[in-house]
Amino acid sequence: MTNKGSNKEEKKFSIWDLPDVPMGEVPPHLQLQRTRVICNPDAPIHTDNISYSGAYASVGVDNSVQPDKFRHNFKVEVVRLNKDDIEFEMVGIDAAIANAFRRILISELPTMAIEKVLVANNTSIVQDEVLAHRLGLIPIKADPRLFEYLSANDTPNEKNTIVFKLHVRCEQGKPRLKVYSKDLTWLPNGSELIKESEKQESKPSTYTSFSCSQASQPEFSNSPICPTDDEIIIAKLGPGQEIELEAHAVKGVGKTHAKWSPVATAWYRMFPEVVLLEDIEDEMAEELKAKCPVGVFDIEDVGKDKRRAKVARSRACTLCRECIRGEGWDKRVALRRVRDHFIFTIESTGALRPEELFTEAVKILEDKCERVITELS
Amino acid sequence: MQQADGTQPNVSEQFIDKQKFAAPIKSAVDKYRLLPEFLKVRGLVKQHLDSFNYFVNVGIKKIVRANDRIVSTVDPSLYLRFKDVRIGTPSLIVDGVSEQLSPHMCRLSDLTYAAPILVNIEYIQGSHDQKSKVEKNDVVIGRMPIMLRSCCCVLDGKTEAELARLGECPLDPGGYFIVKGTEKVILIQEQLSKNRIIIDTDKKGNITASVTSSTEATKSKTVIQMEKEKMYLCLNQFTKKIPIMIVLKAMGMESDQEVVQMVGRDPRYSALLLPSIEECASLSIYTSPEALQHLERQESRALPVLRDVFLANVPVHKNNFRPKCLYVAVMLRRMMEAMLNKDAMDDKDYVGNKRLELSGQLISLLFEDLFKSTIADVQKSVDYALQRRNRSSRFDLAQYLVKDFITNGLERTLSTGNWDVKRFKMNRKGMSQVLARLSFISTLGHMTRVSPQFEKSRKVSGPRALQPSQWGMLCPCDTPEGEACGLVKNLALMTHVTTDEEEGPLFSLCYCLGVEDLELLSGEELHTPNSFLVIVNGRILGKHGRPQWQNREFVSVFVNEKRNNVFQRAVYIASDGGRVCRPLVIADKGVSRIKEQHMIELRDGARTFDDFLQEGLIEYLDVNEENNALIALYEGEATPETTHIEIEPFTILGVCAGLIPYPHHNQSPRNTYQCAMGKQAMGNIAYNQLCRMDTLLYLLVYPQRPLLTTKSIELVGYDKLGAGQNATVAVMSYSGYDIEDAIVMNKASLDRGFGRCIVLKKYSAVNQKYDNGASDRILRPGRTEERERVLDDDGLAAPGEIICPGDIYINKEYPIETRGSPKGESCVVDKAALCSDKNNNLCIKFIIRHTRRPEVGDKFSSRHGQKGVCGTIIQQEDLPFSERGICPDLIMNPHGFPSRMTVGKMIELLGSKAGVSKGAFHYGSAFGEPSGHADRVEAISETLVNHGFSYNGKDFIYSGITGCPLQAYIFMGPIYYQKLKHMVLDKMHARGSGPRVMLTRQPTEGRARNGGLRVGEMERDCLIAYGASNLIFERLMLSSDPFEVQVCRVCGLLGYYNHKLRTGICSTCKNGDNISTMKLPYACKLLIQELQSMNIVSRLKLDEP
Repeated sequence: MTNKGSNKEEKKFSIWDLPDVPMGEVPPHLQLQRTRVICNPDAPIHTDNISYSGAYASVGVDNSVQPDKFRHNFKVEVVRLNKDDIEFEMVGIDAAIANAFRRILISELPTMAIEKVLVANNTSIVQDEVLAHRLGLIPIKADPRLFEYLSANDTPNEKNTIVFKLHVRCEQGKPRLKVYSKDLTWLPNGSELIKESEKQESKPSTYTSFSCSQASQPEFSNSPICPTDDEIIIAKLGPGQEIELEAHAVKGVGKTHAKWSPVATAWYRMFPEVVLLEDIEDEMAEELKAKCPVGVFDIEDVGKDKRRAKVARSRACTLCRECIRGEGWDKRVALRRVRDHFIFTIESTGALRPEELFTEAVKILEDKCERVITELS
Repeated sequence: MQQADGTQPNVSEQFIDKQKFAAPIKSAVDKYRLLPEFLKVRGLVKQHLDSFNYFVNVGIKKIVRANDRIVSTVDPSLYLRFKDVRIGTPSLIVDGVSEQLSPHMCRLSDLTYAAPILVNIEYIQGSHDQKSKVEKNDVVIGRMPIMLRSCCCVLDGKTEAELARLGECPLDPGGYFIVKGTEKVILIQEQLSKNRIIIDTDKKGNITASVTSSTEATKSKTVIQMEKEKMYLCLNQFTKKIPIMIVLKAMGMESDQEVVQMVGRDPRYSALLLPSIEECASLSIYTSPEALQHLERQESRALPVLRDVFLANVPVHKNNFRPKCLYVAVMLRRMMEAMLNKDAMDDKDYVGNKRLELSGQLISLLFEDLFKSTIADVQKSVDYALQRRNRSSRFDLAQYLVKDFITNGLERTLSTGNWDVKRFKMNRKGMSQVLARLSFISTLGHMTRVSPQFEKSRKVSGPRALQPSQWGMLCPCDTPEGEACGLVKNLALMTHVTTDEEEGPLFSLCYCLGVEDLELLSGEELHTPNSFLVIVNGRILGKHGRPQWQNREFVSVFVNEKRNNVFQRAVYIASDGGRVCRPLVIADKGVSRIKEQHMIELRDGARTFDDFLQEGLIEYLDVNEENNALIALYEGEATPETTHIEIEPFTILGVCAGLIPYPHHNQSPRNTYQCAMGKQAMGNIAYNQLCRMDTLLYLLVYPQRPLLTTKSIELVGYDKLGAGQNATVAVMSYSGYDIEDAIVMNKASLDRGFGRCIVLKKYSAVNQKYDNGASDRILRPGRTEERERVLDDDGLAAPGEIICPGDIYINKEYPIETRGSPKGESCVVDKAALCSDKNNNLCIKFIIRHTRRPEVGDKFSSRHGQKGVCGTIIQQEDLPFSERGICPDLIMNPHGFPSRMTVGKMIELLGSKAGVSKGAFHYGSAFGEPSGHADRVEAISETLVNHGFSYNGKDFIYSGITGCPLQAYIFMGPIYYQKLKHMVLDKMHARGSGPRVMLTRQPTEGRARNGGLRVGEMERDCLIAYGASNLIFERLMLSSDPFEVQVCRVCGLLGYYNHKLRTGICSTCKNGDNISTMKLPYACKLLIQELQSMNIVSRLKLDEP
């Protein structure tokens, strides 16, 4: 590639003089793109996953999913767990999978919720439909795995229906009364309302046909079915008003109605990574520390009366982007998200424990995968 | 404080000195607290109440006093005298027992909320020989509909608990009537002011001076016109224009010199007057008798017309025409000023030249008419009775009095809204309207509406334009779009409309203060340079050398002086009703009279708004007076010349515009759109909404108060009766179903109750009684038919029953009442009410309820005139979510922002977001940043940052579909969204086959009649252009009104088909030889026959196929 007579010195280098592209290893800038979402002040970039297996074939890196590697790298660590919610970290997984769990949790995990309300008497100011809607949204503490779905031409029985009774009355002359979810009483023997039948001679039938009491089943004998929270206000009654109704809860999924969703919400966020691109010292360090409302940065002494900023709690970053706001700060601090590290939060409504919810979600995903496999084969 | 010549009156000088001593520092006092006090005292519809109270307490007495005698013409010694009149408490006489009425009772049972008009009378009983004077008290002469919350209403002065017991909403403003169960508002009418000289140009560009005179006796319009440099008088009673000099001469102004002197000695004026004087001279009219003779030749009764009709507002005592002459002189002078200087022209659209006519005045007119008619009727029937020979009973004058005439007249006029008062040449339509109860705000907006006098179709821009003088009086935002744009206005928050004040004391006060009487002035003295004319309510009282006035409440003093080009030196004093005015804080040399301690006392309840008025800290200024004031917007901006300081700047907006947060950041039409849309938003109507029986009611199931409120919202009570929900909005594009302002909604939010609404409809039936004594009856159902399913044992549908199309509501024996609710809708019986109507028939009312969740096509809007329909509903898991797991309820396309420029909406989002994170309501009152009634964006951003959000409100968002972060930060936060009443369920319509119109046999029109969908002209054009001729044929004939006709090939006329002979026969040719059968649109056949009936024959010429 020698160019005779050329006097441009700077153009003299030859492409062959460049160092070889390291084989078997993704160059750092590509690695950054592959593993991090970079949150610039104007917009996040490199947000999408690179899923094509041959994306880095030119540098000799195989981008395909390798089960062994996955098994080795995958890590789940529970950060916080209590009755209603769980926060755990999931490392080494694709966003699509994490999202699948989230979607399943919200819309495909079954629970029990009140679907049918038989109003015998309602003289309160809450309209029947509104009352029914409110009842429907009350989460019920009953393991949905113990029940079956009620299909259109099924008769309600102890396998697919939970019956509650609500009978509250505010006596004349008494102060106003609040009706709480705890006033819902479980009827383990099924409906008590007599169906008005055309034929008088037949023995009175109710709206359900239970063959045995649900209370006799071992699962419910020591933990009776009830709403998860006692203090949910259903209605307020004035003196002389009365509500008498029966509510039938059935199994369903959040896709059909949000009342069957077992979670208040479930979501994840990618692990925040805050990187100081240069040393930030003294006043600048103070400024940086003061900038962050959640206290991501700390200051360390590096001797010689010098103080330097350091990233202490990058996990706390809410991405308010205060630290990269202002002239030149985006050159000093980089906000990134680790692409395969998820901080997953599940807020249960109380029907199932949050950790159970997640395992259930995994099972459903497994089922789906199996279905795909069987369909394909 | 007002002074004309710059000198300070002594009394107030001392006062100021003390004040200065006490508080030398100029500090800004937060005067906002005055507003709630003001509204507590006045209420939002006080103008209506004041006006009605004035009528009831003063006006009605005046009317009765003016017409207090009925004297028989047959026997003049027989008379009846009304001694006193008053309005009782609202009641109804049922079977001879007086029963107290409450407004809610009237609403439910279709009654009129009215109180008896009670009079005390004195009359002569008997006739001829045995006459005796009898006095009777509390005789009922009729029933007066009562305005709710007025002083006659049972609700007056009731506490919240007492109101609740009466079934009334404490937030309801009142100010309307209940006539036959419907709530009626008499709209505020806007008029040109009466008895004032208005200088204007007519169509030809001639300068005119017009006066609309209005006195108790007569109403007339006098116009003096300048045409071809000569001045003429135009009066309706005169057929021709009359030279003004002849009129003046006829009124005794014989000397031309005096006329010139009266107009003013300025040679320019004399020059302008010269052609008129010359014309008069050329007709050789020099004296008063000559002029009168000349007039009599042209017109009959010239002198009485001049005395009674011409400038009727200037009274003529003992044929003294001098005041009228002087008045004409002032008119002429003002015309000439206008000729010399165009600035002197009056602006008809100027709010100061307008008067607002309120319900009290309108009812008073109506009552006067009815009362006079009643008196005339009584007189007539008394005379008739006296003329009859043999009367059996003792003659009793009072028995002729009791009549339903007044009751029916008032009721009819109020319910139709047609003021047809012949006595006052008044014929106006649509004065009263059914109170809009769509939402709480629409009710309030309706009460403050000002409707114009002129017709809406006129394409004029002047009256529609925003007038600078509207400031603070009429809302600049709230006006409808379309034909009534700018003509229909709304009052601002603090506007007050005056009622009539007594003129007498004012006259004597003026004279006491040194006004020289007009009678004593020579023509020359009228316009001497250093004096001011004093004009009280359009009457020239006299003149004054050095006018100095102290303003008082509701009497406006306006000194018009323009020093540079001295022309109109006059003091206008007005005490008439209908002037718009507003309260302002008085400032002395730029220092507010309201100090910190006053506000502290106000806060502690030691001081009320009235105290502020009493002590002269605040005064009401009307529009004309404002011209003499220098009003500072804020205390800090006051200069030594400042005379007044505004209380709060956001009070320039009305009730509807007050809901908008940060309206001063929006493009102005957006605020106007929101004002129209706020009235369509669903929400709560009143606390008693579920006890009402409205024909149509839209309610929101879970209404909320806005997170970003304004001070007006709190003042009005919108925070208690909201009409919307705080939705988390993400401003981003999603799925393509969000173009053209469509919004994407979260299904889970809808599941949880977002935007859920209840529609209540009323159906009623009357249990008719028939003449033969029979009546309908309601039967117990037989329980055999499926459609009787919902009936109770009493034969009526039971509340709570779910009904399907075709179900029976009332099992009435004849006929069976069924109502089909539209297909696909399953409604519920909410309430059944029984009442008796006017003819004592049983009336059954049903309220049918339907709960709806939002669906695709339902209309929503934010508070910034940004409406949009729901484009699609998306599952929650598919929607994006933020780092905190927040999912939007609603996605709005960002393209809605650049062209609309609703910056206020963006600030609302930021403010609400800061509000939810902080747990406090944020404020966004109009122009509120300087006074702290609106949070600044900087402060909001700081709050956001403190709670870990970005300062600009944009969040890092993950896609719900892929799970990856989005490539942009998304502007997300709560915005108050309103659900508007337009829902697809009420609109969607399709038809296969269905009903047809009898006449044309074409499908009916409109959804209500299950009509067809029209292929209109434009659609037809498209099909023609496309060449789809068969489709046109099918749409326009086969699917519409095909008709087979028999056409005679010989004569081309239509024949008929004889079914016996089974052939077509031509009735013209009398045979069936040449008949062809063809298809024709029935409408075409109809046209041919209709033309035939008009002797136009149209022949069809058929070609062989």
